[in-house]
Amino acid sequence: MTASNQIIEIRGLRYMRGEHVIFDNLDIDIERGKITAIMGPSGTGKTTLLRLITGQLLPDRGQILVDGEDVPRLRTKDLYKLRHRMGMLFQNGALLTDLTVFENVAFPLREHTDLPESLIRHLVLMKLQAVGLRGTWNMMPGDLSGGMARRVALARAIIMDPQMIFYDEPFTGLDPISMGVIVRLIKMLNDTLNLTSIIVSHDVAEIATVADQSYLIAGGRVQARGTPEELEHSPSAQVRQFMKGLADGPVPFHYPGPDYREQLFGEEV
Amino acid sequence: MAVLRYLRYSIQDFIETFGASQLFLARLLAYSPRTLVRPRLVIHQIYSVGAGAVVLIAFSGFFVGLVMALQSYQSLSKFGATGEVGTLLALALFRELGPVITALLFVGRSGTQLASEIGLMRATDQLSGMQMMAVDPIRRIIVPRFLAGAISLPLLAMIFSAIGILGGYILVVLYLGVDPGAFWGQMRANVALVNDILNGFFKAIIFGGVVTMIALFEGYNAWPTAEGVGRATTRTVVISSITIFALDYILTAFMYRGI
Repeated sequence: MTASNQIIEIRGLRYMRGEHVIFDNLDIDIERGKITAIMGPSGTGKTTLLRLITGQLLPDRGQILVDGEDVPRLRTKDLYKLRHRMGMLFQNGALLTDLTVFENVAFPLREHTDLPESLIRHLVLMKLQAVGLRGTWNMMPGDLSGGMARRVALARAIIMDPQMIFYDEPFTGLDPISMGVIVRLIKMLNDTLNLTSIIVSHDVAEIATVADQSYLIAGGRVQARGTPEELEHSPSAQVRQFMKGLADGPVPFHYPGPDYREQLFGEEV
Repeated sequence: MAVLRYLRYSIQDFIETFGASQLFLARLLAYSPRTLVRPRLVIHQIYSVGAGAVVLIAFSGFFVGLVMALQSYQSLSKFGATGEVGTLLALALFRELGPVITALLFVGRSGTQLASEIGLMRATDQLSGMQMMAVDPIRRIIVPRFLAGAISLPLLAMIFSAIGILGGYILVVLYLGVDPGAFWGQMRANVALVNDILNGFFKAIIFGGVVTMIALFEGYNAWPTAEGVGRATTRTVVISSITIFALDYILTAFMYRGI
C-alpha cells in the first residue's frame, strides 16, 4: 500500500472533554475510494471523531491529515476550502427547515457558485433523482419522514461532487426498507461517483454488507481493524462481544456504582 | 467559603460571557457591510421580525396613547392647559415611551423568536451542517437577522409613537373636545426634530441592535437541548429588558445633558 492510497491519516490523536479522555493515541488510516466503517459502542466518541476529522473540533494532540493537509492547523479559510471536498450526512439530516427540499439541495450551489438558474435546476433534480426523491422537490423538510430527510441530506451532501463523504449513524432509527435504501445508496454513490466513504455506526449487520474495512473503537483506542468478517472471528473477547451484541462481557452490563446492597438499604442515596 | 467560591465563579462566568458577547458583536459588525450588499436575506428577515410585529406595536401604541392622553388631560384641565396634551404626548412618546416600550415588546415578540429559532438550529445540527458545507452561519444566518432587528426597531418605534399620538388625538380632540388647533399647534411649536424625534429614533436603532444581538448570542450559544433552548429564550428576555432600561438612562443622560 503506498502512502497516496490513504486519503485520511490520523496519528497519535488525543482528545479530552474536560477531565475525561475521549481518545488516547489513536491511529487510523482511511483508504481512498473505499468504504470504511468506524464502529464502537455508544458514547465512545465516534461522532466526535468525525467532528475532529472535519475540523469542527480541535484535538489536544496529534495529527489529522486529510488529503495531505493537517486539519487542526488549517486556517478557517483553508479549512472551508477543504470542506468543499467533503460531504457530511448528519444523523438527523440537518436540513434547513425554512427551505424547501429543492432549495436545501440547491443551497451549496447558491452559496458557492454563480451558476445560471437552469443549470442549478438540472443539477438539483439529477441528485434528487439519484436518491429517488425527485417527487418531493417542493415539500418542506418537516413533511418528510426520517429516512426521506436523510436521503435529501445525502443529495445535498453530493451536490458539490465531493471527494469524500462522512456518514454519522446513517442507519439509526430507520425502518428496514429505508435502511435497505440507504445501504444501497451508500454503495452506489461510492462506486459511481468515485468517492471515499467513512461511516460511523454501531449497526453491525448493515456495516457488514457495505464496508470494505472496519475499525472498532472502544475506551479511546482502536481495538481492532479489518474486514467485517475478520472482526467477527477476532480473538479478542471485547470485539466479539460487540460484533455479536452480547449483553455482558468485557463491557459490563452494569454502569459502575456503589455497592447494590449498601445503596438499597443504606441511609443516603 | 462556599458563598465566596460561588461569587467568584459567578463573576468569572459573567466576565467570560460578556467578553464572548463583545467578540460576537465585533464579528456581526465586521460582516454587516458585506451582508447589506445581498439585501434579499435582510429583507426576508425584516419581514419576519419587523413586519410581523406591526399589529402588536400598533395596538399597544394606540392604547398607550389613549391612557397617556386621558391621564394628562385630567391633570392639565385643573390648570386650564388642556391644549398642552398634544405636546406632552408627543414628547413622552418620541423621547422615551416609543423606543423603550417598542423595544420591550420587540424582545417579547421577535427576540424570543430569534433566540429559539437559532437555538433549535443549533440543536438540530443545522448550524454545523452549514459549516460543513463551507458556509459561515454567522454570515448567512446571524448577520441578516441582526441587521433586520437594527432596521426594524426604529421603524416600529416610529409607528408606535405615531399611532399613540393618533390615539390621544381621537380621545382628547374628537371625544373630550380639546381644540385641534391647540393640539397640533402646541405640538409643532414644542417638539424639535433633532432633539426629540431624531434622538428617539437613534435610541431605537441602538436598542434594536443591542437586543437583537443579545437574542442571537443567546440562541447561538444555547445548549443543544430542549431545556437549553428554553433557557436561552428566558435569558434573552431578562437580559434584554434590563439592558434596555440601563441603556435608556445612559443614552438619555448623554443626549439631554445640556438641556
